[in-house]
Amino acid sequence: MDAQGPLSDEGLVQLLTHTGERVEHDTYSAYAADLTADDLRAFWRDMTLVRAFDDEATSLQRQGELGLWVQSWGQEAAQIGSGHVLRGDDFAFPSYREHGVAFTRDVDLPSILKIFRGLEHGAWVPSEHNFHLYTLVIGAHTLHATGYAMGLDRDGLTGTGDPDRDSAVICYFGDGATSQGDVAEALTFASVNNAPVVFFCQNNQFAISESTTRQSKVALADRGKGVGIPSVRVDGNDVIASYAVTQWAMQHARSGQGPVFVEAFTYRMGAHTTSDDPTRYRSKADEEYWAERDPISRLRTHLEAIGELSEEYQAEVAAAAKALAARTREAVRSWVRPPVLDMFDHVYAEPHATVEAERAWFERYDNSFTEAGAH
Amino acid sequence: MPKFEQFAMPDAGEGLTEADIVTWRVAVGDTVEINQPLVEIETAKSLVELPCPYDGVVTKLLAAEGDTVEVGVFIVEVDVDPDGEAQPEEASEQSPEPVQSAPSGREDLSSDSSAASASASSSGSTSATSTSSTPSSTGSSTYGSGAASAADEGSGAVLVGYGVKPGSAKRRARKADSLEPIGGEGEEYPVLAKPPVRKLARELGIDLNSVTPSGPGGIVTRGDVEQHAKATSAKALATYPGDDQPWLESGTVSEDGRSTRVPVKSVRKRTAEAMVISAFTAPHVTEFLTVDVTETMNLVSRLKADRDFADVRVTPLLIVAKALLLAVRRHPEVNASWDEANQEIVYKHYVNLGIAAQTPRGLVVPNIKHAHRLSLHNLAVELQDLTAEARAGKLSPASMGDGTITITNVGALGIDTGTPILNPGEAAILAFGAIRQQPWVHEGEIQIRWVTQLALSFDHRLVDGGLGARLLADVGRVMNDPAQGLVWA
Repeated sequence: MDAQGPLSDEGLVQLLTHTGERVEHDTYSAYAADLTADDLRAFWRDMTLVRAFDDEATSLQRQGELGLWVQSWGQEAAQIGSGHVLRGDDFAFPSYREHGVAFTRDVDLPSILKIFRGLEHGAWVPSEHNFHLYTLVIGAHTLHATGYAMGLDRDGLTGTGDPDRDSAVICYFGDGATSQGDVAEALTFASVNNAPVVFFCQNNQFAISESTTRQSKVALADRGKGVGIPSVRVDGNDVIASYAVTQWAMQHARSGQGPVFVEAFTYRMGAHTTSDDPTRYRSKADEEYWAERDPISRLRTHLEAIGELSEEYQAEVAAAAKALAARTREAVRSWVRPPVLDMFDHVYAEPHATVEAERAWFERYDNSFTEAGAH
Repeated sequence: MPKFEQFAMPDAGEGLTEADIVTWRVAVGDTVEINQPLVEIETAKSLVELPCPYDGVVTKLLAAEGDTVEVGVFIVEVDVDPDGEAQPEEASEQSPEPVQSAPSGREDLSSDSSAASASASSSGSTSATSTSSTPSSTGSSTYGSGAASAADEGSGAVLVGYGVKPGSAKRRARKADSLEPIGGEGEEYPVLAKPPVRKLARELGIDLNSVTPSGPGGIVTRGDVEQHAKATSAKALATYPGDDQPWLESGTVSEDGRSTRVPVKSVRKRTAEAMVISAFTAPHVTEFLTVDVTETMNLVSRLKADRDFADVRVTPLLIVAKALLLAVRRHPEVNASWDEANQEIVYKHYVNLGIAAQTPRGLVVPNIKHAHRLSLHNLAVELQDLTAEARAGKLSPASMGDGTITITNVGALGIDTGTPILNPGEAAILAFGAIRQQPWVHEGEIQIRWVTQLALSFDHRLVDGGLGARLLADVGRVMNDPAQGLVWA
């Protein structure tokens, strides 16, 4: 932890220390006050399941079943905490590492792997989950999220005076994305249009191999301040604080007060992707330091300390995790290659003459081979 | 029943083709479970631990520590039903569950091509057999055959900077060559090109549909348009589909075994067409001149010792090229082309000097662009590069287009002279014979001198005998006394 700069812990909102002790915060304790022991157990369970799925997907990639995998390891608290704040009408725009958020939006986790096996561009219908497709282009979706939020505002679905009817948008991206022009544009648009969008930046400290210190000289949350967007830094490995800060931010956006920038300060425990080797650019000591701040074990310590995590419950979750991993493995192995002409299906929502011509040409081209085979 | 599963080296990064076995974490006889660390491998990108995809007992390690193994090659065999009864080893080769035993996602995917096979089977029965044969390779228990078939299925994708492994990409055979453009016949599908390239084509009066695209996804690039513009007059020499295939292959032996028929294509086809066009449209006249080139040989020796020429190979061909360029400058009317369609003679303001070259793939005539502007040294460099490219078969179509006059170095084959046929679109071609020491009357005495023969063929439609004679005589004068070049330079 650096004393200053984008990796310092200055101003971080924390409600659960890394040793599992609850602490109070003048502003944000109130936003976590409604959390019951059941809620916390659910957080722990969700984080554990997502990690089991994440581990299984990594293994499947190593066994040649997936072309690539992007681990969420270490970022479960930021994702599960914020994801649990969202309501049915809220809309989330993920980047590509938001498996925890996907879980809270009822996306069937194994289906995500269709993307990483190269079978689908998107493996769920966004409108069914109010969860947009994964966006692999860094930061591009921050503009889509801002536009969607402006639409909510114009449709009169925000700031209605009835908090239960209001809705808002949350957009997930990483520290590296803050260097993209798209993100700067999105922040500017959201600010001047008072768009109901929460920019949820998971600062996992690395843009692939590039440290956040090479992306910014100041805290990333300050990017929000620069365009007049209220900004908060939260301990992203603290699921309770992540929940509380997001709760405040979403209420702020839903009530018509405009956008919020949340920087969830966390650590990417795994590699950027399965193609990356983090040992080449970070130290073992760093990894150990952050392993001690693991989001799942700190909540477990807390729940055990307050006597709210029975052995039966732990065994139940362990079994569920194992079953999820097994179901994931079976699903991936059962998938077959979809018909190649499917790639023309979702280019446009409606029939399109050029695409039809291309589909017809490709079909003839494909039939022109004397043997079938891989394309 | 014991049931054997084999695990193939996966692509642990994106587009890796191979990896090194660093440390085995298991040994033969070990009981393993799913996701237990199996082996540590080192790829071009990182050190990676591979987890075991099966529960069972390790029966074979198919690669040793330190081995470099291609992606798709089996590295370990696991008995996933060790409590079953023993049975002969061949049984594993006939494993009836190909999909389950597919060790890698890629192979699994490539074996399943329901759409392609369904559509292909309507017109041919081969598809069914080739499709079903793919998964069976995964059940093979022999290292060698499994290795070959699995490796062949690889995508051929590579890391940037690592290059394509030869033979790693497999192409499917096509039924027919022709596939009309998207949108069907008569209906033109818009050519892909960026707006500035479209503008350039418009300015040059080029129809983009006639330009061969080289950009990704069939995009016509600026270079394509420029090349197309340059290639106009020499179109008969431009590239044909399949030029990269050696024409002598693909012959078929006749039934009686007494002859082989080879389809005429590529360089052979191009040469034949060019020669027919030339021989039967341009009335050829050939004139001969025997020259004492002793001074040229002395100059070659001097240049060979010259430090400025240390980086190039100096040959008599260089001097004859220079001599021809000097002569063309004095008689520019010979550097021209007959335009039958417009009934015009096109006089070129530039000299693209063609050099006929016999290569393993056949006769090609690449040319040195703007040879008239080159210094002797640069001319030597260009000549050397052209020769090297021709020998390596790396000549671009552009290098063979838009020639204006040509030299054929028949002397290199030990021949005294010949009556060369014009390169189509050109008005003259000079044959350069072998240089031999011969008795020669020099300054009133018979001496041993270096002597050669020059032969000039020209198109009598636009070059008369007098012009041809003056050109040939001038070449001879420079060859005889290179100092003459100073006078004309």
